[in-house]
Amino acid sequence: MTAITMAGSPVLAVSDGVKRFGGVVALDHVSLSVHAGEVLAVLGDNGAGKSTLIKCLAGVHRLDEGTITMDGVPVKIDSPPAAQALGIETVYQDLALFDNLDPPSNFYAGREIAGPRWLPRGLRVIRPGAMRRATDAVLTELRVTLPSVGTTVGLMSGGQRQAVAVARAAAFASRVVVLDEPTAALGARESRSVLDLITRLREQGKAVIVISHALDHVIEVADRAVVMRRGRVVGEEVPTRENQPRLVSLIVGGDA
Amino acid sequence: MTSDDTRDQSVPDPGVPGRHRMLEIGLLLLRIGPAIGLLTLIVVIAQLTPAFATPRNLGNLLSQSAVISVLAMGQLLVIITRGIDLSVGSTLALATVTGALATAAGLSTPIVIGVIVLTGVAVGAVNGIVYVFGRLPHPFIITLATLSIARGLALWLSDGRPIQNTPDPIRFIGGEILFGWLPVSTILVAAIAFAILLLTTRLVAGRWIYAVGGNPDAARRIGIPAGGTLVAVYVISGLMAGVAGLLTAGRTGAGAPTFGTLAELDAIAAVVIGGASFLGGRGHVGNAIVGALMIAVIRNGMNLLNVDSFFQPMVIGVVIVLAVEADVVRTHVEQRFRLRRALA
Repeated sequence: MTAITMAGSPVLAVSDGVKRFGGVVALDHVSLSVHAGEVLAVLGDNGAGKSTLIKCLAGVHRLDEGTITMDGVPVKIDSPPAAQALGIETVYQDLALFDNLDPPSNFYAGREIAGPRWLPRGLRVIRPGAMRRATDAVLTELRVTLPSVGTTVGLMSGGQRQAVAVARAAAFASRVVVLDEPTAALGARESRSVLDLITRLREQGKAVIVISHALDHVIEVADRAVVMRRGRVVGEEVPTRENQPRLVSLIVGGDA
Repeated sequence: MTSDDTRDQSVPDPGVPGRHRMLEIGLLLLRIGPAIGLLTLIVVIAQLTPAFATPRNLGNLLSQSAVISVLAMGQLLVIITRGIDLSVGSTLALATVTGALATAAGLSTPIVIGVIVLTGVAVGAVNGIVYVFGRLPHPFIITLATLSIARGLALWLSDGRPIQNTPDPIRFIGGEILFGWLPVSTILVAAIAFAILLLTTRLVAGRWIYAVGGNPDAARRIGIPAGGTLVAVYVISGLMAGVAGLLTAGRTGAGAPTFGTLAELDAIAAVVIGGASFLGGRGHVGNAIVGALMIAVIRNGMNLLNVDSFFQPMVIGVVIVLAVEADVVRTHVEQRFRLRRALA
């Protein structure tokens, strides 16, 4: 295994993570880490454990064994809000968008800008102007252009929807953004803008974890790639054109 | 699909602005469609019979539509969350009966009003709590059960007979018509409509209602209290059934176990005619009231025109089909819209 070292302690690290579903071991002593300003790709065939891994980072599942540390400090991620509070945001493959709402309402779903604070959360009055301005600012910073922030997300194209979901994660992730198959459903032009978006997240100093099947895209944006097979980490490479055959054989298990 | 189906080319489609405009106008028309339908209906019936557009008849019509309007507003919130509340008609009856029993027990009018309204809240709470915490796949079954239970309870408590003892202040709220045309019940309906409008457009809870209806799974993952939102929606629907019971008792001067039979279907029809989507996530309180008014106008107009009353349910059925078809067309237009966006 090639060890690639980077300066400083990782923003997020999983060590010896184990997750079982009944008798099935979905994650078998998985260790990996990601640094600030780094894009880490997690590769692997179907059933390799990639989705289980990101669900453990997002707080949807809990690890049975092993630890997750942030900046070297062990943390407990036992619910989606817990992950969000730690600055980890996840963009699911299905995007988890609300087609019937506009981008600002999607951005702030569950964390609406509203007041007064002495009222219970549900009874507070929404401040649509503040939500819209903040959304506009994030979209501008990430150079995402939408037809109009007033239209509902359901009326947008696949790439625009992906951009809204990624921008939402970027807006609230202070530390780590996890993306599950961000380009799987997109055409070439729309994939391009999502890859650009990932590069901008890195420029902002965020740690990015990308799960993908698209090796071309991984080679283009990722600094490092971890390959999983049957719940274990089986290799780590710098994704380059030259390393592509090696990555493929790790994914399909040709070296076993 | 046309020849401009060229993905992945960043050349803007020159025809897009015009086509967008057309689609935008189409969507707008579909959105205000229910109101246009109601206005057309009013104009046509007013032409056909001079008895329609009199202050007295219009007041009567508003008074007749008050109960459906109130029920429809509760049902609207439920339908936005992809649910249904079949229990509201029975709950209305139960509320009039508990109110009559409270009056018979010598309780003061404010307390009687409280009993009527809280009866509705209680049934709504049962619906919501059993649905959410019993992890039922759909609210149809639990509200079907409470439809039966509330009706049976009303029959048992009243011994199957109407109780005619409604106190005057409640009769004033439910039956009085001011200035010869303005029912007090209409003022109450307007106040409730304003409150629901505030909830749905301005409050955080309203955003949650639309979010849970739009994508329940995502709502949970993103940290919206989806369970609590659903319970609240059924409690509000129950509250509306209680208020509808108050209006019915006031209008008739009685509490009776047979009140509100099939009223739940009128409420659902009003919401659907008002353009809310059964797939959830979409609906507006103004349109729900337009739907309720449309049902009342059809009934009132056909009575005035001496049309056989057996035709009324048929006409209302046809209107429901038209409304649902409009929703299908809207979904189709929106898909076209999205496709154009993707190609633009």
